[in-house]
Amino acid sequence: MTDNSKPESQERIGVYVCHCGTNIAGVVDVESVARFAAEDLKDRGVVLARDYTFMCSVAGQELIEQDIHEQQLTRVVVAACSPHLHEKTFRGVCERSGVNPYLSEMASIREHVAWVHTDKAAATAKAKAIVSGTVERVLKNDPLEAIRVPIDAQTLVVGGGIAGIQAALEVAEAGYEVVLVEREASLGGHMAQFDKTFPTLDCAACILTPKMAAAGSHPKIHLFTWSEVEKVEGFVGNYTVTVKKKPRYVDEDVCTGCGICVEKCPVLVVDDKFEAGIGYRKAIYWPFAQAVPNLPVLDPDTCTYYVGGKGGCKACEKFCPTVPNSIKFDQKEERVTLRVGNIVLATGWDLFDARRIPQYGYGRLPNVFTNLELERMCNAAGPTGGKVVMRDGKSTPETVGIVHCVGSRDRTYNRHCSAICCMQSLKTAHLVKERTGAEVYNFYIDIRTPGKEYDEFYQRVLDDGIHFVRGKVAEITDIPFDPAEASRNGAGTLYVQVEDTLAGMQRRIPVDMVVLSAGLEPRRDSAEVGKTFGIACSSNGWFIEKHAKMDPIATMTEGVFIAGCAAGPKDIPASVSQGSAAAARVLNYIRQGELALEPVRASVLAEQCSGCRLCNGLCPFNAISFDAARKVTEINAALCQGCGTCVAACPAGAIQGTGFSNAQLFAQIEGLLRDFSRVPEVV
Amino acid sequence: MSKPKFAMYWAASCGGCEIAVLNIDEKVLDLDANFDVAFWPAAMDAKYKDVEAMEDESILVTLFNGSIRTDENEHLAKLLRRKSKILVAFGSCANEGCIPGLANLSPREQIFERAYESPSTENPNHLRPQAACQVPEGTLTLPPLQAVIRTLDQVVEVDYHVPGCPPESHQIAAILDVLIQVVKGEAELPPKGAVLGAGNSTVCDECARKRDVKVIDKLSRIQELPQLNTTDCLLEQGLLCAGPATRSGCNSRCPNVGAPCIGCYGAAPGVLDQGARLMTAIASVVDANEPEAIDRVLNGIPDPAGSFYRFSLAHSLLRANREALAEEP
Repeated sequence: MTDNSKPESQERIGVYVCHCGTNIAGVVDVESVARFAAEDLKDRGVVLARDYTFMCSVAGQELIEQDIHEQQLTRVVVAACSPHLHEKTFRGVCERSGVNPYLSEMASIREHVAWVHTDKAAATAKAKAIVSGTVERVLKNDPLEAIRVPIDAQTLVVGGGIAGIQAALEVAEAGYEVVLVEREASLGGHMAQFDKTFPTLDCAACILTPKMAAAGSHPKIHLFTWSEVEKVEGFVGNYTVTVKKKPRYVDEDVCTGCGICVEKCPVLVVDDKFEAGIGYRKAIYWPFAQAVPNLPVLDPDTCTYYVGGKGGCKACEKFCPTVPNSIKFDQKEERVTLRVGNIVLATGWDLFDARRIPQYGYGRLPNVFTNLELERMCNAAGPTGGKVVMRDGKSTPETVGIVHCVGSRDRTYNRHCSAICCMQSLKTAHLVKERTGAEVYNFYIDIRTPGKEYDEFYQRVLDDGIHFVRGKVAEITDIPFDPAEASRNGAGTLYVQVEDTLAGMQRRIPVDMVVLSAGLEPRRDSAEVGKTFGIACSSNGWFIEKHAKMDPIATMTEGVFIAGCAAGPKDIPASVSQGSAAAARVLNYIRQGELALEPVRASVLAEQCSGCRLCNGLCPFNAISFDAARKVTEINAALCQGCGTCVAACPAGAIQGTGFSNAQLFAQIEGLLRDFSRVPEVV
Repeated sequence: MSKPKFAMYWAASCGGCEIAVLNIDEKVLDLDANFDVAFWPAAMDAKYKDVEAMEDESILVTLFNGSIRTDENEHLAKLLRRKSKILVAFGSCANEGCIPGLANLSPREQIFERAYESPSTENPNHLRPQAACQVPEGTLTLPPLQAVIRTLDQVVEVDYHVPGCPPESHQIAAILDVLIQVVKGEAELPPKGAVLGAGNSTVCDECARKRDVKVIDKLSRIQELPQLNTTDCLLEQGLLCAGPATRSGCNSRCPNVGAPCIGCYGAAPGVLDQGARLMTAIASVVDANEPEAIDRVLNGIPDPAGSFYRFSLAHSLLRANREALAEEP
């Protein structure tokens, strides 16, 4: 136990207790905490203690600076909010005043005390204990220096949807190299599939394709389509990435994109990707007419040559006019290694599979469609030439039901709101009404139209004479309730069973066609992708931002940023903004030229490491490697983010966490317990 | 010139440490040649009063094995501390409580109940040992059992530590060699508080088995495994091996012959609590997120205290059961 009578050393500690307005002062007697620090902790080196309304304000910071100069403080404790919020602030104060920034500590008496207690006396006693522990800890702090690393100016953007394109263009326009990797054969992402965009109803292709073309032809943007990032090593400013190029069976350097191969290919297959299963493509194809790059891709699973065991057909090769021939049946997977400084992940989303809700009949009842199918149908370049027709391809529906929140805001599937479906459903309602004159019903739980001019659009759709039924659809069926219902409606009619919660009654609405507004889901492989890039996914699969409000673009891994729907459902303007924001963050790093990294790092004491390899699989940042020759584990200091997982796991105590040494932690515990007896029993 | 005095004492111990010393074979003759064995109850007759009569610090070195369980143990610990220049906590019991230390999981009354009232015990009159007992010839006394087992350094100041249950004989021989050199003025004593006869790493460092990245989805006891391969890490094969968290020095005796390390050499350097360390280490490589998977792993550890704290409980952060600790004066 700490000896109360002897001063620890010649250290001169200043303790600052923040009121945080009434956030802390409303529950904790801050004056009493300051008095306690000044009197009871005098023997521990505390030379002064003050309380102040807002320590983080300019005046608050100046108070500390002044004391450091006048009172020759050597260490500083700020009892305020969580270090997540203001650790940097107060370290900055110390640095400006000539005290090593790591000789300051924060005692969280807001999150850990004021916000979680109501009993003032007990909360004040607990705040004192925490301050006492922090004082003990700060005494054991070592002065540390930031680690400096250079930044590679080339940037990797993963995902060629609108968010990724935007990020790539912004960085390239600023004059820096960009590697843009897209999994599919063309840039464009989901936006390329849409017909019109809400609320302005401008054509998606008209606003997207210029950006695609700009990205495709930009001298600073190196495009890797039909490619995936396989491995990421290194750390902020110094990543080495391995990109896997899937074989396209088309020579990118020679092909002119004339399209004769596509025209001559005799194989027609259902296009369940771009055309959402309602259109066709060839075995060698462009994903869509405006594809960037303008290069076809050959699908070996349907190509006659491959299906026939590498024999026959070869029509594409025969008709290819280029010399040498662009068709390369023997093309192999390729791997390219690149060095980049920063990474923007804009990997987008997957559509909720409406088949998972069997009572809605998608996949079973022919005239139940998804919104994506409708998008393709409404598109003039789509499979129906812009006509809204039933599954038979010719009849026009007279009544259409649009079901909102399919797979979203639903405990069984996804609790989240997919954010865009309300507006998308309103847009679909408007387009269907416009093109078919059909009676359109919207079945919604709540209408959410918070974007700019979104609610105006909703009012416009209401004025269109579209019906709105507030209630969650229970079932969509083609079986009539009784002979009377059957005789009232034709064969093939779909019945939408719904509780109209405004009218307070069950309704059964016969329609010809149903459109399911399926929600947005995280990419199915988001967990693996996250692992590759060393970032975390929430339990439902969206990438986690560094701070949900204050830092939505950055991640816990330095130099890896997220933009667009990869972090959660968003509309187009939000995705574009995030693409730009990510680029701004990247450019900020590039312009700095080098980065100062937190020196809070783990390190291995080689002579104590037995090479048991227990820690080897644990590092979320891939900073741990094993030196097989010396039989010891090593930690890459620049990769390490100081999370402490390995420090806790090492059974030999051979891994040290800078800033979190045993001496610091045990001193803190002793400090806490020294005052524990003063805490009244909390019932 | 008279030879320096040597002493060895056993407190609450099994006698294994004594045998380990004798296991140094003919080396024991060097001991006799260089030291005057002043007190060693296991090897020769001696009376406590003879020790009490010695001058303070007249014994150069005492190897103290066993933990402090009774008032007699405590008395001898204090007596030998006073009479010895160098007091060595010798073996696991003296250093960390060892197997007897597991009794700290039970308050005294439960220990007596187990020992004197268990179904297999014939004790119709419910007799219990008494501190003092009147018989026609006078008063008989027994040293009373203390509330909890303590390690030597929890009772007196200790100069050196020799871990192991028991310490390996080759290590004892090496320590003896150093002592003799010190006596002859050919070597200096190691710094006070040093751990002697052990390495600075953990058992894995000396283990010949092949190690890889670890993922544990099931733990088994050795008899539950159909087969054990002779080349790979035992932990990776699903055995709870304490090797990663146990100080090196034994040449990885047990794991090298296919028995998991049980942790007798104690915590690695700088580690405060061996059991906690081993527990966090194992927990961090357990691959189980679902309740059933977690249960499957936990079911492989039927005796957690005995598995993680088999040797170190009395010297751990927790030390003992709360009720037992409450009885401590």
